[in-house]
Amino acid sequence: MLFSILESFRSAMLSIYAHGLRSFLTTLGIVIGVASVIAVVSVTQGMSSFIGDTFASLGSNSLTIRSFTPFEDQMKGIRARLTPDDLQLIENRAEGIASITPVLNATRSSQIKYGSQTAFSQIMGTTYAYQDVSQSYTQVGRFLADSDNNTRRRVAVIGEKVRENLNLPENPVNEFVELGGEWFKIVGMLEQKGEMMGFSQDDLVLTPYATMQSLQGNQTQTDIAIQLSLSENAVVEDVVQQLTTLLRNAHDLSGEEDDDFVIQTAEQLMETFDTVINMVTIVIGGIVSISLLVGGIGIMNIMLVSVTERTREIGICKAIGAKRHHILLQFLIEALLLSLLGGLIGLVLGYGLGTLISNSIPGFPNASIPLWSVALALGFSGFVGVLFGILPAAKAANLDPIDALRYE
Amino acid sequence: MSLIKLSGITKHYAMGSQVVRALDGIDITVAKNDYLAFIGSSGSGKSTMLNILGCLDKPTTGEYYLNGKNVEGLNQNELSEIRNLEIGFIFQSFNLLPRATALGNVMQPLVYRNIGLKKRKEMALNSLKRVGLGDRTDHLPNQLSGGQRQRVAIARALVTHPSILLADEPTGNLDSKTTIEIMQLFDELHAEGHTLIMVTHEDEIAHHCHRIIEMKDGRVYNDSTSHSAKVSH
Repeated sequence: MLFSILESFRSAMLSIYAHGLRSFLTTLGIVIGVASVIAVVSVTQGMSSFIGDTFASLGSNSLTIRSFTPFEDQMKGIRARLTPDDLQLIENRAEGIASITPVLNATRSSQIKYGSQTAFSQIMGTTYAYQDVSQSYTQVGRFLADSDNNTRRRVAVIGEKVRENLNLPENPVNEFVELGGEWFKIVGMLEQKGEMMGFSQDDLVLTPYATMQSLQGNQTQTDIAIQLSLSENAVVEDVVQQLTTLLRNAHDLSGEEDDDFVIQTAEQLMETFDTVINMVTIVIGGIVSISLLVGGIGIMNIMLVSVTERTREIGICKAIGAKRHHILLQFLIEALLLSLLGGLIGLVLGYGLGTLISNSIPGFPNASIPLWSVALALGFSGFVGVLFGILPAAKAANLDPIDALRYE
Repeated sequence: MSLIKLSGITKHYAMGSQVVRALDGIDITVAKNDYLAFIGSSGSGKSTMLNILGCLDKPTTGEYYLNGKNVEGLNQNELSEIRNLEIGFIFQSFNLLPRATALGNVMQPLVYRNIGLKKRKEMALNSLKRVGLGDRTDHLPNQLSGGQRQRVAIARALVTHPSILLADEPTGNLDSKTTIEIMQLFDELHAEGHTLIMVTHEDEIAHHCHRIIEMKDGRVYNDSTSHSAKVSH
């Protein structure tokens, strides 16, 4: 049997080579099908791995704690808060934390002015520890220092995008900008992080936490977010558990009440994105793989023609001793080889297409092909070849030798 | 022991509501190293005769012993095997595989015997040399003349060392000069001990043979050196 298979491969290859153009046209359906599947998968997977990298650069072992008020409570005018006391509590009591920083978003105005230019940005009050937690470092100037916080200095660190929007000089350090009616001196600019899902990560202004606090006024209403990064051997789940217990106790929540805060990990966000992207991949990939079926029908069509055309040859082979399985294998393997060949060409083409797409759209991540999609594409095209090769092959194998020999 | 023994062979085709009796009771024995021609007008049943002898077709009734084996009741695959082992076909229209070289054509029957490529090449080359085409092995059939094509076909028939060579109008598509060459080759093969059976309507060709069976209406009409076959009228 193995001998017959090898021999069939040999003769199938000869036959495909002998009808070069026709073989190519036959398998074109498969080529296009596989190429589109691979292009779709490579673009979406490229996006996915890009997002993964982005989150890793965000600090994959970082946590964010925010207050959370259920909608019902909001209707009643209740607002949950995270306070500086909570921050103090976590700093003193929690274990497994490398650095921790409060983040206070400007609530009154997000307007920033420089000369005659006005822009809107995300303005946050935070501390020195922010750079470790969020892995953002300055490219020029310096980051916020502890002394800035202690003395409530009016200094700011800006992102690249803010510099662009305000037409600030290449090196904006020592320039003054107006935030909420106060003048702030720029002391540093962050390294560029690029865009994620179309949102710039460089459109932010950081000021000392204490400075921001004093500008907000009304200290009893302060609602902060807390960002922290975990020490190297800490387990995320354990720390989350610990923080939950601490905060529930501090907020006097009884067993039945829900948390009035949420703890987000970068991983959770990443998983959400991944789920969405995988869904898109599966749906588009599924639609596109229908074209593979169409390609398979194309192969079947040509194989049927080929059987008719080679009826006499089949008759000769049977007369000199070919058994049913010899003929069956010959045509089946020819169909299989044709579609596998198409799959291979499609693979290369699809990857090229994916690269072209991701390169021609600015800011789009590079295409990447996961191994499973290669295996899937080849496996599926092989399957299509066998599926649609069976009928013509069986037709050929069942020919009566006399009729086949007489065929003109 | 006779190589071929046919007894009471009939072959009936249904043509619409009519039954055509292509063969109507044939009893023949063929000895080893016989040199036999079937002659007769078209419709006499000689082609059907050859199909049955070549195990391409099954008789409606009757028994066919080939080399002591009863061929009756074998399925298509078993018949394929018999054809591969016992029979070498030579056709009027050569019936070579158009996309294979002379060598490839001669090697083809050996593929179905699971013989490896190297051994196949060797056997096919020997066979091509035997028919005088040792220098034409890489040519495609359409690059060969009619006589050369028929030689390739003969080489293909010989390569399996069959018990019988069956030739169906082997010179029907050849000019007279080539015909003589091919018939010489047949004579030589007979002299070497091969058993040859051919179908022809040319008397000249038939007279090369040592035994001539004339067929008429599906029956044996005359068996010129016949010992055992009965002329059944």
